Amino acid sequence: MSFFGITRATLTKDVRLEWRSKDAINAMLFFSLLVVVIFSFSFDPTAEESRRIAGGLVWVAFLFAAIVALNQTWARELRNQVLDAYRVSPAPANALFLAKAFGNFIFVTVLEALMTPLFIVFYKLRALGPTWELLPIAALGTWALVVNGTFFAAISLRTRSREIMLPLLLFPISIPALLGMVNATTAILTGEGSARFWIALLVAYDVVFTIACLLLFETVLEAE
Amino acid sequence: MVADGVVKQFGRFAALRGVSARFASRRLYVILGDNGAGKTTLLRTVAGLAQPTRGTISILGTTSVRSVCNQIGYMAHPSLLYDEMSGMENLRYFAGLYGIEEGGIANDRCREVIAAVKLDPELERPVGQYSQGMRQRMSLARALLNDPKLLLLDEPFSNVDSRSAQEMAVLLAQMRDRGKTLFVVTHQPALLEDIADEFVRMDAGKIVNRHAKLRVACQ
Amino acid sequence: MKRGFSILAIVTALLLSFALYEALIAAPTERTMGDVQRIFYYHVPSAWTAFVLFLINFVASVVFLIRRDTKADILALVTAEVGVVFCTVVLATGPIWARPVWGIWWTWDLRLTLTLVLWLIYVSYLVLRRFSASSQTPVLAAVLAIFGALDVPLVYFSIWFFRTQHPSPVIGGGGSLDPRMAHVLLINWAAFLCLAWLVCWTRYRLEVVEREVEEAQALESLLEDSR
Repeated sequence: MSFFGITRATLTKDVRLEWRSKDAINAMLFFSLLVVVIFSFSFDPTAEESRRIAGGLVWVAFLFAAIVALNQTWARELRNQVLDAYRVSPAPANALFLAKAFGNFIFVTVLEALMTPLFIVFYKLRALGPTWELLPIAALGTWALVVNGTFFAAISLRTRSREIMLPLLLFPISIPALLGMVNATTAILTGEGSARFWIALLVAYDVVFTIACLLLFETVLEAE
Repeated sequence: MVADGVVKQFGRFAALRGVSARFASRRLYVILGDNGAGKTTLLRTVAGLAQPTRGTISILGTTSVRSVCNQIGYMAHPSLLYDEMSGMENLRYFAGLYGIEEGGIANDRCREVIAAVKLDPELERPVGQYSQGMRQRMSLARALLNDPKLLLLDEPFSNVDSRSAQEMAVLLAQMRDRGKTLFVVTHQPALLEDIADEFVRMDAGKIVNRHAKLRVACQ
Repeated sequence: MKRGFSILAIVTALLLSFALYEALIAAPTERTMGDVQRIFYYHVPSAWTAFVLFLINFVASVVFLIRRDTKADILALVTAEVGVVFCTVVLATGPIWARPVWGIWWTWDLRLTLTLVLWLIYVSYLVLRRFSASSQTPVLAAVLAIFGALDVPLVYFSIWFFRTQHPSPVIGGGGSLDPRMAHVLLINWAAFLCLAWLVCWTRYRLEVVEREVEEAQALESLLEDSR
């Protein structure tokens, strides 16, 4: 099977398995809901103020939800050491990486799609700038978190305290992307300033780190 | 397969302490020894899952395991299968990893290997609900998908009922007769007493004895 | 080897003393901020030294991944450790300076913020080295170092643009620098670079010896069992 054939097959398998054991999905959906509610209790601004801070709040909430999803990226492969079966086969490591990254992207996007309407309702959000620009921002920002998150989740496999290592490694490196996501979203919500620079930054971030991940994933996978 | 001065260190602990040996093809080798003797580490190094700290391993004429990995089959004590999928689903996925064309060809191949280990291809039950014996056999089927020349089996009989174990032993003999080379790490070498070509005993990271007769190798 | 080290030690001691004198006594007093401004001669060269060390860490990590040479790995480890120390100095002197001058403890000053992010990245690098359960820790660490280095320009630009939208005090003053101050600044930087070199060299030798001991112990247990 070709490279993308393997990616597709792996992604399909993962989606099918997630769908079957719906416990994990349901727990994470509920967790996302909880995060939104807690944030709403903690920060109860006026509609005017909320436009200024919502960008930050929303993305921090997404970040928490993403970490929960990312931490279980390789969980199924660790059980029964399935990762060994993948490694002894001739299948390329990057096909596996992309499948996992795309899977996480879909998963986190679903969580975001659930959380966003709730945020809009609780914070009475209404964008004053070009709303359609929020879509590429969301996509670019989510990919930035997911591509590095999947990669660092693989590094964490080789460490103690796996669950804390992932955010510990991911957060510092994600700072420029986080600044990009938050400021771009705030610019759209408040209608002040342009999100263009931040979108360009996110594109640069995504390109640089997608390439870095693809170049170095095999090294990490084989580092036993 | 040739091992030359292979050393594998994990920090301060040396799991393999200079293993040098030649192994001919079309034979069934049983590797035995106490816990911690280095049997699993050796097998994993041959499979390409671990890199030796020093020394080389050459398989089928090359030291790059990656280039011949589609001729190697590996089986370990964990099943290397997804608990939530059925046998056929698992094998269909792994067949794809070995480049076996999706659809009819893959399905036929999967059915073939499942039948070879005497399991039912139509069984819908997820592998996680299999008995240990069935799981080991399905894991063996996975290792056979690409019809490998070299089979590396780590504790295939562990926790398996004696009837299944004996059936597996017969199957391994058949594979050897068909021209495959097998390395079987096991704590139950007696199961393969009449079948194996040679017994290789390891102790403290080294090969200490090799002989065609089990009793002699254990001295 | 030993002689080079001693010479470096003496040079460092001399330079540091001279730099201290220059910074605290000889340098002209700043008009608006007074003597507090003299922290500048520690704040800025520490940052530059840290950046140099992290650059060396990046190069050493790349070399290690290509050549798998242990010396490169040790150099990467050493420069990361000493770099984090210099970063800490920057992060400590920043607020000490900012408080009396502007009345605030922190400002999203470009250099200060960049140093903070670098500090976070390299501390996570050191944590990875400590928490790794793999025999291939150097490989994982080198990969992380490369990711960190790739991040730096992105961090720089994101903070730079952020500041154009949220201006705040610049520690270290914008605009031109009195040539006498620039002179003192460079002397201090030279002194810090020598100090960094000295500490790195010591730490490097320490690490080499530690690894030799580990190997010897492994070899010993190897020979013991074959008797």
